[in-house]
Amino acid sequence: MTTHAALIRVYREQIGRIVATLIRVLGDFDLAEEIAHDAFAAALEQWPTEGSPSNPAGWLVQTARHKAVDEVRRRAIGRRKLQQAQIVAEVEASFQPEPDVESGLEDDRLRLMFTCCHPALALEAQVALTLRTLGGLSTEEIARAFLVPPTTMAQRLVRAKGKIRDANIPYRVPPTEQLSERLDAVRAVVYLVFSEGYAATAGDAFIRRDLCNEAIRLGLLLAKLLPDRSETEGLCALMLLHDSRRDARLDDAGDIVLLEDQDRARWDEDEIREGLALTESALRKCARQPGPYALQAAISACHARAPRAQETDWRQIAVLYDILSEIHPTKIVSLNRAVAIAMLRGPEQGLAELDAIARGGELDGYYLFHAARADFLRRLGQLGAAAESYEKAKSLVLGDAERRFLDRRIAEVRRGS
Amino acid sequence: MQYLLLIYDEEKKWAAMSEAETGQMFQEYGGFTQAIKASGHHRAGEALQPISTATTVRVREGKTLTTDGPFAETREQLGGFYLIEAKDLDEAIAIAARIPSAKMGSIEVRPIQVYDEPMG
Repeated sequence: MTTHAALIRVYREQIGRIVATLIRVLGDFDLAEEIAHDAFAAALEQWPTEGSPSNPAGWLVQTARHKAVDEVRRRAIGRRKLQQAQIVAEVEASFQPEPDVESGLEDDRLRLMFTCCHPALALEAQVALTLRTLGGLSTEEIARAFLVPPTTMAQRLVRAKGKIRDANIPYRVPPTEQLSERLDAVRAVVYLVFSEGYAATAGDAFIRRDLCNEAIRLGLLLAKLLPDRSETEGLCALMLLHDSRRDARLDDAGDIVLLEDQDRARWDEDEIREGLALTESALRKCARQPGPYALQAAISACHARAPRAQETDWRQIAVLYDILSEIHPTKIVSLNRAVAIAMLRGPEQGLAELDAIARGGELDGYYLFHAARADFLRRLGQLGAAAESYEKAKSLVLGDAERRFLDRRIAEVRRGS
Repeated sequence: MQYLLLIYDEEKKWAAMSEAETGQMFQEYGGFTQAIKASGHHRAGEALQPISTATTVRVREGKTLTTDGPFAETREQLGGFYLIEAKDLDEAIAIAARIPSAKMGSIEVRPIQVYDEPMG
């Protein structure tokens, strides 16, 4: 690995914890980011000529610490000598030379997560701030990932940081009575980052992969820092199991390959192993009944465990969807439950389920509803009706890959009818 | 009787003003404040930070719902205010959630602007 590549890896692994500590010490997001980036700039300059240090993370923390002390000293000019020395000593004590074994630094990242995901900030600002400060993504990268102009993203970040400062949003792990609600918010942001990266919509594939990796990294960090949380482990398991199928879900032309048609040899074994272990752990840890993330992970685990699509345990999946639709009744859950029932008891039953949930009328503008309906009709041999539903789905879909998939299906059923 | 005087300004106009112009306005405000203090009318007055710092709190079915931004609907009107001392936004939100009207209406939490120099 070249020095430059090594530095980029260290950057991604360390930027969050260095920025988090600097924010605590300096009480200023912008200054913290600036000093952290200065430290990396120094590394970029020195490492290629002087060689990489034996402990790159330690080197970066030390450099950031020196720069922070300089900055504090510069700002304390004019104060009494004794006061100055006190401030500098405090800053120095805030940094530990061995970040990997020092739990204080881990707490800083946890503090930063809760501050970035504070409910007084708009959700899109929470997401952007998390990626910027904890993930070290550039404003341009985040803008590209969310398909907004860089200036819009920059304004969003400035405004969020301004609100944290001016409204005095605290930099701390919330007290026990608020913790579970605030953890829900952090998990929601992490999952949103993952979903954005995992969606097969248009956009930069490289950045999208980065978002998934970053979400998994943040999720695992949260699980490590606040253990004994079933839903955090459930979220990590869910992301890992989805991510394990990343290479198999699109073909070489970028077209969607359905779960049942995927080449399971291309699923990532390591991610599946880790995801299954976390699913079991999450289910063991839940108090009374599993939460939405743990349940979705358990469903995903049923797919991961099946060596072939025909061996999928649809009975178990249908039971899990029954529970999930009671505690977390969303459109996509109702739809997926109907699909599980269709796989277990046949497309006629699936169609009956769809008709039942369609009565409210709110699913009519939802393309996946029509795609599922079309699929059941196709399998019942009602090809004309299937084509109609596929057309309806196509008129509502946004992504190119999804549209091409529907076009293929329409051509198939038209040939058959 | 007591009255609450609410000042509505365009933040954009303030931002577009020159230093001399804002200085003039501050001076006028200082004079006005002194005048109504001297006449015995003054009870309390504060300048608010821009709406970008605002948070809206509602309580529905016992749960505190927090959203970024000011309360912007015109269906409800400003009915009163409490000026409180809280150590941070979390504490302020917690207190706002205890106001009886939070259950049916909305409470906008606005931090008070602190100036380096007293404006009179």
